[in-house]
Amino acid sequence: MTGTALQGRVLHAGTATGEVLLLDAPLSFWGGFDPRTGTILDQQHPQAGESIGGKILALRETRGSAGTPAAIAEAIRRGCGPLAFLMVRPDVNVVTGVKVAAHLYGQTVPVVTIPDAEFERLQDGRELEILADGIITIR
Amino acid sequence: MKTEIQLDARDLHLLDGGEGPAMKFAMELVHNAARVMEAGRLIDVSFAHIDACFYSGRAHLDFVNYLLDYGAKLAAPAWTNSGLVSLHDPSLRSGDDTTAREARRLMEAYEHLGCKPVWTCAPYQLPGRPAPGDQIVGSESNAVTFYNSVIGARTNKYGDFLDVAAALTGRVPDAGLHRDEARQANLVFTLDEVPESLRREDLFFHLLGHIVGAKSGSRIPAITGLPKSTSEDNLKAISAAVAASGGVALFHAVGITPEAPDLEAACQGHEPVETNPITPADLVCARKTLSSAADGPTNMVALGTPHFSFTEFRDLVTLLDGRATAANTHLLVTTSRHVCDLIRANGWLEGLEKAGTKIVVDTCSYFSPAINGLKGRVMTNSAKWAYYAPGMLDIEVTFGSLKECVETAISGETWRDPGLSDDALGQRP
Repeated sequence: MTGTALQGRVLHAGTATGEVLLLDAPLSFWGGFDPRTGTILDQQHPQAGESIGGKILALRETRGSAGTPAAIAEAIRRGCGPLAFLMVRPDVNVVTGVKVAAHLYGQTVPVVTIPDAEFERLQDGRELEILADGIITIR
Repeated sequence: MKTEIQLDARDLHLLDGGEGPAMKFAMELVHNAARVMEAGRLIDVSFAHIDACFYSGRAHLDFVNYLLDYGAKLAAPAWTNSGLVSLHDPSLRSGDDTTAREARRLMEAYEHLGCKPVWTCAPYQLPGRPAPGDQIVGSESNAVTFYNSVIGARTNKYGDFLDVAAALTGRVPDAGLHRDEARQANLVFTLDEVPESLRREDLFFHLLGHIVGAKSGSRIPAITGLPKSTSEDNLKAISAAVAASGGVALFHAVGITPEAPDLEAACQGHEPVETNPITPADLVCARKTLSSAADGPTNMVALGTPHFSFTEFRDLVTLLDGRATAANTHLLVTTSRHVCDLIRANGWLEGLEKAGTKIVVDTCSYFSPAINGLKGRVMTNSAKWAYYAPGMLDIEVTFGSLKECVETAISGETWRDPGLSDDALGQRP
């Protein structure tokens, strides 16, 4: 799928280019994630110990927790948040966290959703480019 | 994908910055949530329970300070969830000093914003709670489930910042559990195989909630066969457990909760997709999962997740029966200031403290300093505590009934009720 482009739904607009970290399971950003370091803490998570910092984070959904937006905003504030969120389920918590980080700290982390079938085709470690209009190019 | 969201004159006034940048930002957060949820309009809310007062980092403090700096005002009454620290007892500190200091400043900032400082994850135990059908803002997961299920008020699970934005604007997207059609049960759990006497044990409701949550995910379960004697404490246990092991924000207890006079009403006339009988073997299995450590010498017994109610304290006083806890075993109970005042007024507080019980208000114990640094074995009567604590604290957990917890605190060693043994569970009348 090199060079192919797909159209995502923009939940928070911005641009990002970077490597995909494809999560194999939903993540709880509160309790399962350390916003001080960007590391996945949840020992039950298949990618425990990995850092989401500086990656395009591809995850189908979060495990909903009220603490999610604050954990995301805090990670972005500290510079250890992801470059972008690429998701399947539109997630109000993720968007709220990202909006607060943009408003308070002027840092833009785009949030884009794509259909499940497209998500299926994502590969961990591949380079992606996300544009402000939701066009995603796999490099 | 694009939804036109109907906004009223005040919504537009706020979005235009007519009440300053903080109220504008609050309205933008709500408006954007409506766009993400594809809601057609916003609706008024009459109450909010705020979780953003629970510190997890500097962003929490920066957000509320921004609101205060630009004169944000609450449109709906807002009550506070537990905080990371106890304002009541400064000797209890969590984490490093900066964290404790900032957590305290965060809680004080929400008081300045005009929130009612109740500091509890069980706000529904206090007078002045919402009425059936009220549109409200819930955030803390057990309270969201309790409000929706037991009270019949309507809320989605709102995350930090959006909870505050909704309370400031008094508005939420007309989506999800605010709407009738989203509240219909789509799977059923039956209790015919569970002996009737077992269905009245406090332990049963925690185990039931754990099983139902794990099997339901984020669907809406209906439970048939709960006894008429099911109390709000029992329903609190289910609410907390289904929201921990699953993402359940609403359940219906047929014949008990307001939207479920019968199964047909709970399912809004539709045929349930799936029916799951719960068996004594399921309960045994759930207890094994929650009681992840072997029985043995016990360093602490943790009660009050969610916050202990007045009636639970009454049961605790009865079970303790004037006896003191073992020298090396702490008995910790977390509760709200309100309930603590009630038990003081009722003359129970002094006796409990003399018996070695430590009562902590404003906060919660799976990240509380009273337990931070503590290692070893902790027993709890809460499925939620048993589910989360092993990941949060360096401890081992055993899970049991309230009576088992009390006897364990007194003897210092896990005590098991013969009437609740694995074999006994299936053989009871």
